[in-house]
Amino acid sequence: MNQKSHISFTLNGETAEVAFAPHKTLLEVLREDLALTGTKHGCELGECGTCTILVDGRSILSCLMLGLDAEGRRVTTIEGMAEGGRLHPLQDTFADLGAAQCGYCSPGFLLAAKELIDKLPNPSRDEIKEALSGNLCRCTGYIKIYEAVELAAARVRGEAMELPRESLYGCE
Amino acid sequence: MKQNGNNGKPLNVVGKPFRKVDARAKCTGQTKFADDIFLPRMLYCKILRSHEPHALIKKIDVSKALALPGVISIITGKDLPIPYGILPVSQDEHALCIDKVRFIGDPVAAVAAIDEDGAFDAMNLIEVQYERLQTITSIEEGVMIDEPRIHEYGDGGNVHKKVSLEFGEVEDGFAEADLVREDTFFYEGNTHLPMEQHAAVAHFDSDEKLTLWSSTQTPHYVHRALTKVLEISASHIRVIATPNGGGFGGKSDPFNHEVIVSKLAMITGRPVKCTLTREEVFYCHRGRHPVLMHIKTGVKKDGAITAMHFKSFLDGGAYGSYGVASTFYTGALQTVTYEVPRYKFDGIRVFTNKPPCGPKRGHGTPQPRFGLEVQLDKIAEALSLDPVEIRRNHLVKPNSVTANYLRIGSMGLGACIDKVVERADWKNKFSWPVTEPRAVASGSETQLEWQDPLATARGSVTRKLPYGKGIGIACSSYICGAGLPIYWNNMPQSAVQLRLDRQGGVCVMCGSTDIGQGSDSILAYIVAEILGIDPFDIRVVTADTDLTPVDLGSYSSRVTLMTGNAAIQAAERARELLTIAVAEKLKVPIENISFAERRAFDVENPEVGVSFAEAVVLAESKFGTIGTVGSYTPPRSPGKYKGAGVGPSPAYSYSAAIAEVGVDADTGMVTVERIWIAHDVGKSINPVLVMGQVEGSVYMGLGEILMEEMSYRANRNVVHKIPSMLEYKSPTTMEMCDVKTFLIEDPDPNGPFGAKEVGQGPLLPVPPAVANAVYNAVGVRVDEVPITPEKVLKALREKSKGRDGRFGPESIPSVDWPEPLRVLTPDEGGDGREMPRVSVHS
Ligand code: FES
Ligand code: FES
Repeated sequence: MNQKSHISFTLNGETAEVAFAPHKTLLEVLREDLALTGTKHGCELGECGTCTILVDGRSILSCLMLGLDAEGRRVTTIEGMAEGGRLHPLQDTFADLGAAQCGYCSPGFLLAAKELIDKLPNPSRDEIKEALSGNLCRCTGYIKIYEAVELAAARVRGEAMELPRESLYGCE
Repeated sequence: MKQNGNNGKPLNVVGKPFRKVDARAKCTGQTKFADDIFLPRMLYCKILRSHEPHALIKKIDVSKALALPGVISIITGKDLPIPYGILPVSQDEHALCIDKVRFIGDPVAAVAAIDEDGAFDAMNLIEVQYERLQTITSIEEGVMIDEPRIHEYGDGGNVHKKVSLEFGEVEDGFAEADLVREDTFFYEGNTHLPMEQHAAVAHFDSDEKLTLWSSTQTPHYVHRALTKVLEISASHIRVIATPNGGGFGGKSDPFNHEVIVSKLAMITGRPVKCTLTREEVFYCHRGRHPVLMHIKTGVKKDGAITAMHFKSFLDGGAYGSYGVASTFYTGALQTVTYEVPRYKFDGIRVFTNKPPCGPKRGHGTPQPRFGLEVQLDKIAEALSLDPVEIRRNHLVKPNSVTANYLRIGSMGLGACIDKVVERADWKNKFSWPVTEPRAVASGSETQLEWQDPLATARGSVTRKLPYGKGIGIACSSYICGAGLPIYWNNMPQSAVQLRLDRQGGVCVMCGSTDIGQGSDSILAYIVAEILGIDPFDIRVVTADTDLTPVDLGSYSSRVTLMTGNAAIQAAERARELLTIAVAEKLKVPIENISFAERRAFDVENPEVGVSFAEAVVLAESKFGTIGTVGSYTPPRSPGKYKGAGVGPSPAYSYSAAIAEVGVDADTGMVTVERIWIAHDVGKSINPVLVMGQVEGSVYMGLGEILMEEMSYRANRNVVHKIPSMLEYKSPTTMEMCDVKTFLIEDPDPNGPFGAKEVGQGPLLPVPPAVANAVYNAVGVRVDEVPITPEKVLKALREKSKGRDGRFGPESIPSVDWPEPLRVLTPDEGGDGREMPRVSVHS
């Protein structure tokens, strides 16, 4: 049997310590050893983006990162996105626009989108597509996701933006 | 026309873009999918799968594996000898193969160990000796090669199912026609690729009762299969469908891993989990059947169809799955869009040594729809008709019965076509291409222009779009649930129980399964509308065979219509009890009581009323505990012939799509720029969710037409070429096109508040619309799905050599079709029954 390794790091703003088999990926450590099952997996081969989390503010595929490499880093998972029960604007707009259908890809998309709008407060449609191109979604056709990101970005910028009627009721 | 649930009052919930009831959980990572379940002392299961495509199992030696520390149990086929399958006529699967494997990926043995790595290591120590058998690799081989048989049942040799139906005399129809066209098409198989891999957790508790949590679309049928295979009473089995991380039909069969973890939990007395790897999901498959098609259609000069003879050949893969139904579906819905007065269908499904095919979004109908809509385009060109006109002028009438006895209710296809034609600016973009572009000097540049064959008629001599740009249209229709359940019986297909508590809480219980389409929310919206409360006041409990009344599952686009109607009935019954109690209290006539904004009040004097919670107290005081039930059984279909079970539905949705594409003639690359799609959903229970289904369907249709394919190495080993998400190409944000969605509402009397389906139908017109647009862009026909750059280039090369600019199948295998079952059409005075067969052996 493997000896367990031990790391300490910042997880969703809190100090965390965990012991686990050293070959485990960060995805496995989060889900199996820390019971944070909000981070999903679709391939565990770096192909689908479902396992996206933020490490030091940058999106990474947690299925491709060893748990050991999280030592001393700042990790954000979907469980840490809402603050004190208040949803992040992206979570609100994803919910309002139906950008989460089955919701399995949503944690990954939300964190990839958060990285984008943290960096680029007013992204164009093409910049959104580019930033999310590593995340697959089989349900939505991506369109409601783009719209949700645009709307959330506007709200984060403090601009009042109504949901376009076309996004909610279809084109006239 | 009156719709169920609608009593003429303004609607407060239905038709509004509310959030889904589970949206918050899904956006905060709180939704528990099957693999998110961790139980104390849980074991992990790994399944050893065959690496032989077709072989006899000679010997299985598990001794080395069992000796590994941490391994608790290993089972093989002899531990689970009873076969099962989704259809009663195809009980041909074993949870673990007993004496024979039929494809690479077929399960052979299963390990339960204390951790996943240990289970994996043990799996690799199991030794299996096989004796290879000849493989059956294609439709042609399935038809031609009788021995060895993959299964010992079916319609002879490696034929699983053969059907032949004729409605009216098609030969008479062809004789009447001004033009008869025959075309051959091929639609490659593709797969669902849900983001969530299938997972199941079983627990056999101290009461000796089994609980299975599984990412399944059909907990009811898993319940049935477990009861049969495990030989324990249904009352001792509880199946809970966890929210599915996407299904698309791929989680609709009872699966071997569900049976296996259940058995292992019973043997070990510990919870057991199995989560498939992505590679295993490709072996589970049950996706789109590869279908070869031959269509013979006769038309009058104006494009009116006089007769159609449709032949389909399905590559079923290694097991039956839904295949018998899939076969019928490839021939069922040709008649529900444009008038087809005489119709003949021959269908054949063969077994091959590949992962089994089954239902994927559109189940058996996207393939024929592709062929039909592309052929119609060719016919329009041959007759110098606009592709819009040939469709628009011959639509099936609402409230009619088709030649194959499908009863049409509301029919909004005309409105769908008009909408996309106008918004896509079709008239200014569409023209027929002809042979070669010619060089025309324009200013200092030379441009390529193609002459329009309708030039004289239209007074135009040039293409309206430049060479390399094209536009195409296609239409389609889909069922809103199957008229007949899988196990024929007289019970409802869907049921809802409502419980109201004295504090005003409402709980809706229903067996339906939310796979992302929002079925939990639909229940809440409908009950909230009828009881005048907020959808978020409602607790929804679904997909649990212990707690919820049966709903058959999330397939065949049945859920909104059927659970919606059941919910309406349950909620109206509850409202009636509350109404009586409130009317008595307020001393006003019963018909004066209305419910809205969490109140029950006198419509004539709205400030006189009680809160909803008080209304429940009044009703409970008068009647006792308030609980009601509602159920739904589809109307009987007019078709009574053998085979009439597939196709009938309470209602049909309609879609029309226009695609605008760019084709690079040097590389063959097709870029879909935009799709305009109008979908007749009857009535949107929630428009933003309807849009999501339309956009998701367009996306999936786009993937099918441009890139998605299940392909196998070209040798006798039938190894899956691409069991990974990297190699199985699906559209990313970079390939997804712009979509303009239009919701058309032609309420259907059978739908809840008039609603029809939207989850599957809008996929159907997308592949043919793109194919027609490719032709419009560069003048070549790729009569095969997907349209890859190589195929476009091959067709262009053919064309440049002066040959037919086409890529596609040339021929079909010759099949000994049975004498068709003959049915007189309604127009011929038929009664829906087959005509007596004339015996040839008298
Ligand atoms: S699980 Fe697919 S990229 Fe990590
Ligand atoms: S919402 Fe289902 S995969 Fe994206």
